[in-house]
Amino acid sequence: MPEVQEITIRDTAAQAQTAAQSLPPAEDLQDMQGEKMVLNMGPSHPSTHGVLRIVLELDGEIITKAIPDVGYLHRGDEKIAENMTYTQFIPYTDRLDYLAPLANNVAYALAVEKLLGIHDKLPPRCQYIRVICAELARVSSHLLGVGCFAMDVGAMTVFLLTFTEREKIYNLAEALSGARFTTSYTRIGGVSRDTPPGWCAAVRKFINEVVVNIDEVETLLTRNKIWVDRTKDVGVISRADAIDFGLSGPNLRGCGVNYDLRKDQPYLCYKDLQFDVPLGEVGDCYDRYLVRMEEMRQSVRLLHQCLDKIPGGFDNASKEPVNVADGKIVLPPKSKVMSSMEELIHQFMLVTQGVNCPPGEVYFGHENPKGELGFYINSRGGGTPYRMKIRSPSFVNLSILSHLLPGHMMSDTVSILGSFDFVMGECDR
Amino acid sequence: MNSTELANRLHTKFGELVSTPTEFRGEVSVKVADAERIVEVCAFAKKELGFDYLVDVSSLDNYDEDPRWTVVYHLYGIASKQYLRLSVSVTEEKSELPTVINAWRTADWHEREIYDMMGIRFRGHPDLRRILMWEGYPYFPLRKDFPLAGKPSDLPEVAFSKAAPLEGGPFVTAPGGKDSIEREPRVRTPEN
Repeated sequence: MPEVQEITIRDTAAQAQTAAQSLPPAEDLQDMQGEKMVLNMGPSHPSTHGVLRIVLELDGEIITKAIPDVGYLHRGDEKIAENMTYTQFIPYTDRLDYLAPLANNVAYALAVEKLLGIHDKLPPRCQYIRVICAELARVSSHLLGVGCFAMDVGAMTVFLLTFTEREKIYNLAEALSGARFTTSYTRIGGVSRDTPPGWCAAVRKFINEVVVNIDEVETLLTRNKIWVDRTKDVGVISRADAIDFGLSGPNLRGCGVNYDLRKDQPYLCYKDLQFDVPLGEVGDCYDRYLVRMEEMRQSVRLLHQCLDKIPGGFDNASKEPVNVADGKIVLPPKSKVMSSMEELIHQFMLVTQGVNCPPGEVYFGHENPKGELGFYINSRGGGTPYRMKIRSPSFVNLSILSHLLPGHMMSDTVSILGSFDFVMGECDR
Repeated sequence: MNSTELANRLHTKFGELVSTPTEFRGEVSVKVADAERIVEVCAFAKKELGFDYLVDVSSLDNYDEDPRWTVVYHLYGIASKQYLRLSVSVTEEKSELPTVINAWRTADWHEREIYDMMGIRFRGHPDLRRILMWEGYPYFPLRKDFPLAGKPSDLPEVAFSKAAPLEGGPFVTAPGGKDSIEREPRVRTPEN
């Protein structure tokens, strides 16, 4: 006789239906239960956003067991990091969460700067530029996250709207760093170059346009019957579970846990900026969607403040520095390298040996669009880390799936995965 | 209460087992002397000191040193907004320590990753399988004696790249070798 497994159904509609039907006698139950089916979802499936594979055990349409399988995109970034200088690893951070490379660059640079002890001594203009980068990345990542989520549950229009808007952020990234996608914009102790002329004005123009787009998405989704039916009370995570499974970012805040590193462990110039942290109430897919929408609005608010306050003004008329004034950390200007002995030595040492970091261990967690992106660096001195661990939010967020999915309908998987907004490049590293 | 005070409470409670806290760049770390008792320390830190959020678990390979492994836990209290780092050493002969999955379920995947990458086993873990590499992969790639170039396995084109400095990064050279190919770290084995 097959084992009878009790599962809780979080979907209220299904729950009401189950309650309405009285349970048949035990001998009929066995016939009703039938065989379980194992369904392999992914690694290449439109709603797995990359190469996530989930082995689902189904009883009819209800999931009874889910085994997520990750690692298809494992490239050994941590091993690579041990074999190159700190600066050389910056391009690899672009490829972690490849939907928000600018935020990854900022996170990584801050971690190394923390090891060097200069993370709170960065020039103010550099801090503001980095916040602008991180918030642009957040808007970009959430636009895609919400767009894909909507597309997965059948609302194609939203994706087209948000993708068009996101294109403008790519143009901004290109103007800033020379690359649309693999920005590698930050350097240890600063940024690779100051904002180009007219860039800040372009950011201002963009954020004025994006709020219109966000409103449009809201009108399409927030009170849309189909959307609400597909997301409300689906994938409910309790606060205790969310903390226990180490969720972070909008997924954790969607459950009502007030944990935002920008507020709790303020870095860069977030202390001087005003913004609210949106929290969900129920912890379902709908709340996670609402949190992302509000976070975009808050990011726009932050961007407006940054542009108002940025030291040196839009085009840096007063020539504010964007790098720390330490020749042992930041490359000297090329003109001086060829004419001055000290700068030549600095240039030579930085290029051949890397930034000389003290021995010690640091952990720096950055509020990335997907959650807490942390770098744990163990240094034994010198220009390369002895060990670097990347705490990627997507990896930790996905670990709840085997707990969350059982009890849901097969089609809810798509909503839940969409609402989690993960990136496999970061999960598998 | 700041992290140093919390760490001191841990030290007072467990005495010799937990070292006096050290601080570097504003982060407080303590060493736990006996890996077998990490569960007790974690349970106390979670229940009494309010470290309800396990940020990360990572591992270190102190190659050529004894004990070879260090497992590092990053704890965070959401209410107190304080971090605490616990580190514990494990010898190579043993390569095993108890799981902390009963305190925080997020330890599940972190511990699987450490097992996968370093080969340290977690006793009591319900599902200790490889997570990033595939089932049946014979090596532990984050160990220091595993070459950057990879080792051939039963899937020859996967997880193995030829040492060729001009066929794509990482372009790091180490002093020593006669030509650039010998200086490429991927051709070096840890022995030479």
